[in-house]
Amino acid sequence: MEVIATRPKSLTNVPFTYCPGCLHGVAHRLIAEAMDELDMRNNMMGVAPVGCSVFAYEFFDCDMAEAAHGRAPAVATGMKRARPDMHVFTYQGDGDLAAIGTAEIIHAANRGENISVFFINNAIYGMTGGQMAPTTLPGMKTTTSPYGRDENDIGYPIRMCELIDTLVSPYFIERVSLLSPQDINKAKRAVKKAMQYNKEDRGFTFIEFISTCPTNWGVDPLKARDWAKENMLPFFKVGNFRDKANAGGE
Amino acid sequence: MGEKVLMKGNEAVAEAAIRAGCRLYFAYPITPQSELIEYMAKMMPKVDGTFVQAESELAAINMVYGAAGCGKRVMTSSSSPGISLKQEGISYIAGANLPAVIVNVQRGGPGLGDIQPAQGDYFQATKGGGHGDYRVITLAPSSVQEFADMASLAFDLADKYRNPVYILSDGLLGQMMEPVEFKDAKTEKDFEELDKQHFAWCMHSNQDEPNHHHHEINSLEIDPKVLEKHVEKLGEKYNEIEKNEKRWEEYNINEENQMVCVSFGTASRVVKSAIDTLQEAGISVGLIRPITVWPYPSEAIQKALNDKVKKVMVFELNLGQMVEDVKIAVNGKLPVEFFGKVGGIVFTPEEVQEKIKENL
Repeated sequence: MEVIATRPKSLTNVPFTYCPGCLHGVAHRLIAEAMDELDMRNNMMGVAPVGCSVFAYEFFDCDMAEAAHGRAPAVATGMKRARPDMHVFTYQGDGDLAAIGTAEIIHAANRGENISVFFINNAIYGMTGGQMAPTTLPGMKTTTSPYGRDENDIGYPIRMCELIDTLVSPYFIERVSLLSPQDINKAKRAVKKAMQYNKEDRGFTFIEFISTCPTNWGVDPLKARDWAKENMLPFFKVGNFRDKANAGGE
Repeated sequence: MGEKVLMKGNEAVAEAAIRAGCRLYFAYPITPQSELIEYMAKMMPKVDGTFVQAESELAAINMVYGAAGCGKRVMTSSSSPGISLKQEGISYIAGANLPAVIVNVQRGGPGLGDIQPAQGDYFQATKGGGHGDYRVITLAPSSVQEFADMASLAFDLADKYRNPVYILSDGLLGQMMEPVEFKDAKTEKDFEELDKQHFAWCMHSNQDEPNHHHHEINSLEIDPKVLEKHVEKLGEKYNEIEKNEKRWEEYNINEENQMVCVSFGTASRVVKSAIDTLQEAGISVGLIRPITVWPYPSEAIQKALNDKVKKVMVFELNLGQMVEDVKIAVNGKLPVEFFGKVGGIVFTPEEVQEKIKENL
């Protein structure tokens, strides 16, 4: 029998700790496939966040550091500066990157650190049990916005791609969706592009994945996907914000 | 060793750190340590080193965490309020068994305090500072020369124990100029040795097949049984450090001492002056100057308490934070008195003499 699909080499055989229907596994796989295809695994170092993907250091089959909440881009900066010959990526959720780690992500991006940042936006804190995230949509109910997010009280969700796109230094910025097979294929192309630029030390690359959290949204995975399409995609528009490799990309 | 040069403590410790093989430095500006970050900004590019002015002390210490995870000699520096911001990262560095050097040029506190010399971070440095069970080796210099010498000692201890090390100085030592003589800089061969010593555990490139064990820099152990073992192992390391690394200076300690003083850092210099003057007047007072304030040299204090000693006096530039450690060492055998100044004020030799005389 011919093997036509298998686990990427860049993922270990440790079982994921994610809930059924969670898209972290898909995002992990896309990153790992890109690492395999670009032959980067042996020279890759990753940084895991605090959040549902806190155990990412066990899943990616390369040397990994576990960072304090939000500090992954600073940790990655230290790693890349210590080992400029290696490749470095961070994997972060919305609470980690867009709330407690806002300073670290903005300044790593602004320095144009030669790292790739993979940002999972599912509009909620997963690991701590479904609290409001900086990307929670207006009106969306969470355990800390039980009457719905009141944008007049706590503000609107933060669009990180748009925010980072105001900086001059970043090399590549793209928002992708994990909500359909077609979207996942597009996401894969963006991830591979970011990784290719990472391999060539071209600068700071940033991918935001629009994802879901069936468990804390309280819906089944298919409904979660539909809800995200209807509610998240209009606010968080997918697309490429910047690719300095393209003429006029700057 | 070279010739003596006149330098500020902040610059001397930076130069000594570079000579000791530090090629990565991350920090955020704060008074009174600014000359240190400025020296690194100027000199690191000249030795192909890395200088990054971080967006905050938090970011700086996390950059240290990342670089230390790659097994490199890495340093950060700050002054009291900034050291508070670094506590999160220091706890993670300790929890992940990483070597790193952190210089604190202490100023008056709490809060913003002022920018004059103080020793108010003694508790923070010696009793934890951040969350969880951990210890930081803490070296307390009392001259610009010793400040500089402690850079290489701090890196050696950090590497030996894979533990964070503080150099606990203050605004006076940072700003003051004194003659200093530097050790020879590390050679290419030294760097090769340094890289070898951490290769087994640090992050680097791998040629392994899939699912071969990779290197993780981590302080998370979700299983209580595993965390229990991890923290107990840290405890064993701290016991080892307590056994091996206590350092102190004995000044005028002899059989004629009527009093033993205990003082560290800048404060101890003033106490020495007072002791010299009193000795000329026929009053014999000795000084134990802890060089490591953690691990604490309790035995040195105990040994100094000969029959004629009636009292122990602690002199510090704080409200008496070291008194607890001195009392543990004295163990109730003699009264322990304290004299201190706060707010960035340094006591004078005359004030110290007076206090000693009052307590004889």
